[in-house]
Amino acid sequence: MISRAFELLSRRIDGPLAAALALTISLGLAVVYSASAASMDRTFGQVRNLAIAAIAMWLFAQVHPRVLMQLALPTYIAGLGLLVGVALFGEIRNGARRWLNLGFTTIQPSEVMKIAVPLVLAWYFHRREEGLRLRDFVIAALILVIPVGLIARQPDLGTALLIFASGFFVIFLAGLSWKVLVSLVAAGAAAAPFVWSFLHDYQRQRVLTLLDPSQDPLGAGYHIIQSTIAIGSGGILGKGWLNGTQAQLDFVPERSTDFILAVFGEEFGLVGNIVLMVLYLLIIARGMMITANASTVFARLTAGAITLAFFTYAFVNMGMVTGILPVVGVPLPMVSYGGTALLSILAGFGILMSISTHKQLVAS
Amino acid sequence: MMVGQAMRDQQRELTVFRSRLMLSGLAILVAFGLLFARFMWLQVVQQSYYHTLAEQNRISVVPVVPNRGLILDRNGLVLAANYSAYTLEVTPSRVANVEHAIDELAHVVDVTPRDRRRFRKLMEESKNFESLPIRTRLSEEEVARFAVNRFRFPGFEIKARPFRSYPQGELASHAVGYIGRINDADVKRIEAAGLTTNYKGTDHIGKLGIEGAYEKELHGVTGSEQVEIDAGGRAIRSLSRNEPVSGNNLVMTLDLKLQKIAEDAFGDYKGGLVAIDPRNGEVLALVSRPGFDPNLFVDGIDPQSWDALNNSPDKPLNNRALRGQYPPGSTIKPFMALAALEYKKRSPEYTIADPGWFTLPGVAHRYGDWKKGGHGMVNMHKAIEQSCDTYFYGLANDMGIDLIHDFLTRFGFGSRTGIDIDGELPGLAPSQEWKQQRFHQKWYAGDTVSVGIGQGYMLATPLQLATATAILANGGRIVHPHLLKAIQDAKTREMHPAVLPPEDDHPAVKPENLALVRDAMVDVTKPGGTAVVAFANAPYAVAAKTGSAQVVGMKQGEKYDERRMKKEHWDNALFIAFAPADDPKIAVGVMVENGQHGGSTAAPIARKMFDYYLLGKEPPQAEKALPKPDESAPADAEEEHD
Repeated sequence: MISRAFELLSRRIDGPLAAALALTISLGLAVVYSASAASMDRTFGQVRNLAIAAIAMWLFAQVHPRVLMQLALPTYIAGLGLLVGVALFGEIRNGARRWLNLGFTTIQPSEVMKIAVPLVLAWYFHRREEGLRLRDFVIAALILVIPVGLIARQPDLGTALLIFASGFFVIFLAGLSWKVLVSLVAAGAAAAPFVWSFLHDYQRQRVLTLLDPSQDPLGAGYHIIQSTIAIGSGGILGKGWLNGTQAQLDFVPERSTDFILAVFGEEFGLVGNIVLMVLYLLIIARGMMITANASTVFARLTAGAITLAFFTYAFVNMGMVTGILPVVGVPLPMVSYGGTALLSILAGFGILMSISTHKQLVAS
Repeated sequence: MMVGQAMRDQQRELTVFRSRLMLSGLAILVAFGLLFARFMWLQVVQQSYYHTLAEQNRISVVPVVPNRGLILDRNGLVLAANYSAYTLEVTPSRVANVEHAIDELAHVVDVTPRDRRRFRKLMEESKNFESLPIRTRLSEEEVARFAVNRFRFPGFEIKARPFRSYPQGELASHAVGYIGRINDADVKRIEAAGLTTNYKGTDHIGKLGIEGAYEKELHGVTGSEQVEIDAGGRAIRSLSRNEPVSGNNLVMTLDLKLQKIAEDAFGDYKGGLVAIDPRNGEVLALVSRPGFDPNLFVDGIDPQSWDALNNSPDKPLNNRALRGQYPPGSTIKPFMALAALEYKKRSPEYTIADPGWFTLPGVAHRYGDWKKGGHGMVNMHKAIEQSCDTYFYGLANDMGIDLIHDFLTRFGFGSRTGIDIDGELPGLAPSQEWKQQRFHQKWYAGDTVSVGIGQGYMLATPLQLATATAILANGGRIVHPHLLKAIQDAKTREMHPAVLPPEDDHPAVKPENLALVRDAMVDVTKPGGTAVVAFANAPYAVAAKTGSAQVVGMKQGEKYDERRMKKEHWDNALFIAFAPADDPKIAVGVMVENGQHGGSTAAPIARKMFDYYLLGKEPPQAEKALPKPDESAPADAEEEHD
């Protein structure tokens, strides 16, 4: 009876992926505890976030990829509508218009798009399975650029970049020709000065600060300087859990959210960082395997995009905290405190699991 | 065919997909390789560099301010002490709207308008990132109430700090001086003296009086403490500590009870007084009336109190004892007499018939004597005893100004006595040369005549009068008036007597001449003398001289009539004296502004002092009025004078 219930619960769960996720999440909880100055409240808050995200993952894992495909376009259109709503009626917090008050709750529609954009693109290419033309890529580009543009205008550069990346991965994996790709990159490089003129001051500042953090040690550069000091002073073995001076004495800003890697790197050292990178690589590797074995175009593209997007989150955050990428406000996946990002990531892994466990049915 | 095409397309799509997935995998490996390299660089190669930075971040060396030395009177009564109290301090740069925050704060702890005014002034004078006191001396209850509400007031902090207090309030304030917050000028002086390190963490510095002059002794040596701090700069725990060395205690030459008697004796009169032990130059009392409460200055005086002190016509901040330059009037006469004897311009027997006025040969102007009709036959003794102006007009004229100048200079007139606190003014012993330089004018014989009775250009401070009197008293030895008696080493508790300039044992004048003048001065306090009333029934012999000096010039023939003059134009009353005359232990110079007659307003002050100092007799009201040092609870000291 119990084994039957367990079988029902775990039927759609990918074992290796779930194991790697569980390990990473456990590590993350330990760091959140330390980064929140040993606050049980905050740690339990994160456990609650995890529970919600895990349920979402389980639910997505139960949904057949075919159903997801059917939901892709309506979700995308709804998300687009919400984004327009944000642009028109959104609430301004911290100088950015990102939230939409629905009366009973406020939501951040850009989070919906993190899943909806790759899904809708995968759906589009799936439908166009028989021979893709350049026209299809142009349409795909439009599908991608419209929400990304709306989000970038909020402004939320970090999320816009991540959504662009996940959509781009779909297009790339669908087989966008190298010629187009190379010419796009060239055009992008040429347009860079033009884009620069459209960036908000704080965004420019972030780029400039990245190039030389010492320019503004008390303002914009403070985050990066303190986080590199934290990580560097951690050394090979780290200062020990709860013993990071940079972290515990408040020198690392946003230490339980975007800059949690600084706390982790300081307290667990190079060894900890290697363990974390290995865990991420295991998750990514499992995601790639699922992608490679997926049986439909939609499944392949969705799985690939989710996996690569996950990699992008991890890489961008680690790069930013160690000072090799601009500070764009991306949390460290499954480690940073916060519910929303966790929810979209585990929902994505739910879809991966669905693809992984439903392929036999599709094949037959 | 179509199906085959589709199959091939699908196959091709799959091939492209797989190759691109492989490529992505490679890119991911490269990216993680890059991160790994970055971690290696930060955590292995650069580890010690970042370790140092992290340590610098968390460890702060904070100064530990030494306790300031105490200031005591010669009998051990406390004049300046320290106590520890809670202050509520604000760092303005950490508060968005300071005024608003203080409004909020006022609901939690009392903030008086005076606190606000004082704080505003402090804010104007200091840099924004400094921590400034908004409230001092918080009660335990207030501290507790603030602690509960602390989260509402970022940038506000309770600190336990040592405070300076002057338990005697106004008493001897001009001698003790005060400390105040270090200002830009102080910073420059500290830098110039190379003491910047020792003043780290010190907010206050001696500004005036003993507090200012012996700052170096009082301050002590600043210690240091290594503390772990958080990013907000708050100390978390102490790592190591290098104890400070307290400042040395200073024992002043002042006799606080004598000082109190002298100050009380002034009543509502303004003026200055100095009492010196003629044997060694110790200043026993140094009075400048009105006084001020030095406690007002300790934490930055509020603008209203400052204006009140600074703009008062009574000038309470002016140290009249050192800085009040007044015509000495008839108190100069003993010195004139002595000069004439020394230079053999007069013999003791030389006698004039005083008609009540003096004229210069060939000039019609009459220099009138204070006594209409004159004093009759007058020799030197009688001239001093009765303060005969006519006698001294002629004496001065016969001597000439330059001889007078030379002689008076030997008694310290016209130059600073060198007392060990700042701000002293030199007075003026005029000479031909001086007038030429100052006014580009020739010296006239008439100028000398006025100087003969201590008027005209002649100016002296009460300190100079007392010093010159002490020299008369001790047989002609130069004395160096000083306020510091001894320094008590903070560590060893040993007393080190103050180091004085070498004494010149060579008497300034011949003993027989001195004896003659002293005898005449003793008769001043006897029947027939000008100070007889003040010293009636004194069981000790007093040598004295009264004086009164015009504040405004009088026209020829104009009669001095106090009823028709403004009070501030009334004559100044002066008095010099030493006692006991045969073995002097105390010499005083008294100046009472607008006191009119030395014998009636200035002399009684000296009488009360001598009675106490020589006989131990205290005026009845003085005993209970003198605050006991043990009850010098600082809590009330400020409010009293608010």
